[in-house]
Amino acid sequence: MDVINAFIVGGLICVIGQILMDATKLTPAHVLVFFVTSGAVLSGIGLYQPLVDIGKAGATIPLTGFGHNLVTGVIQDVDEYGLLGVFTGGLRAAAGGITAAIVFGYLMAVIFNPKPK
Amino acid sequence: MSAFTKEQKDYQKLVKQKRPKPPMLKNIIAAFAVGGTICAIGQVILNFFVSRGMTPEQAGAPTSIIMIFLGALLTGLGVYDKIGKFAGAGSVVPITGFANSIVSPAMEFKREGYVFGVAAKMFVIAGPVLVYGINSATIIGLIYYLIKL
Repeated sequence: MDVINAFIVGGLICVIGQILMDATKLTPAHVLVFFVTSGAVLSGIGLYQPLVDIGKAGATIPLTGFGHNLVTGVIQDVDEYGLLGVFTGGLRAAAGGITAAIVFGYLMAVIFNPKPK
Repeated sequence: MSAFTKEQKDYQKLVKQKRPKPPMLKNIIAAFAVGGTICAIGQVILNFFVSRGMTPEQAGAPTSIIMIFLGALLTGLGVYDKIGKFAGAGSVVPITGFANSIVSPAMEFKREGYVFGVAAKMFVIAGPVLVYGINSATIIGLIYYLIKL
C-alpha cells in the first residue's frame, strides 16, 4: 500500500515538473531550483508534511522533499537552540544526502567516462 | 516588444505554429510512470530500514543516501541518461536526478582537470539547488524564530 501511494504521489510531482518543462522553456536546472524552493515554502506553511504522511517516499524522494527536509531541520533546531538553529538546522538535517551526493558524485565521475552519444 | 512591425509579429506567429509541439500527453505519462517507479523503489528501501527498527523519520536519510548512490552509479554507467531521454522530468525531479546532475557534467569536463573540471562542474546544477534550498530554508527559519518570540 505504501509503495502504491509513493508511486502515485511521486509520479504526480514529476508530472508537474514535466508540464513546467513542456509548457514553459524552463531547463531541468530551473525546474530543480523551483522544486527545492517550493518544497521549502510549502513545508514552511505546513502544507508539505500532509503530503509526506500520504505519499511517504513519494513525497520525500522528489526534490521538493529536499526543501522540506531543510526546513524541518531548521524548525527543529530553532525550537532547540533558538536563533543559532536558523543556521545549523538545514544542513544538519540534509547532511547525509549532501555528503552522499558529493562523495558518490565525485567517485563516479572519476571512475567512469562519458559514453559516446 | 512594441518595436516589432506587423510583418515581424506575423512571422513570430507562424514560427510558433510551425515549431514542433512536444508530445505533451506521452511525456506526462512517461514522467508519471518513471518518476512514480523511482519513488516506489525509494519506498521499498525505506520500508526495509523501518523493518530493521528505524522510525520512518530516521529511515529517510539512509534511503536518500542509497538513492543518490544508485543515481550516481547509473549515470556513470550511462544508463540514467537513456532513462532520461524517455522519462523527462520523471528522471530529473527525484533525488536520483540530483545525483545525475552532479555526475554528468563532472564526467564530461574531466579533461579540464580534477579541480576546475570534475570538482567545479559537479556544482553546475547542484550549486544553484543548494543555494536556493538553503537560502529559502534559512529565511523560513528566521520567520519562524521571529513569530515564536
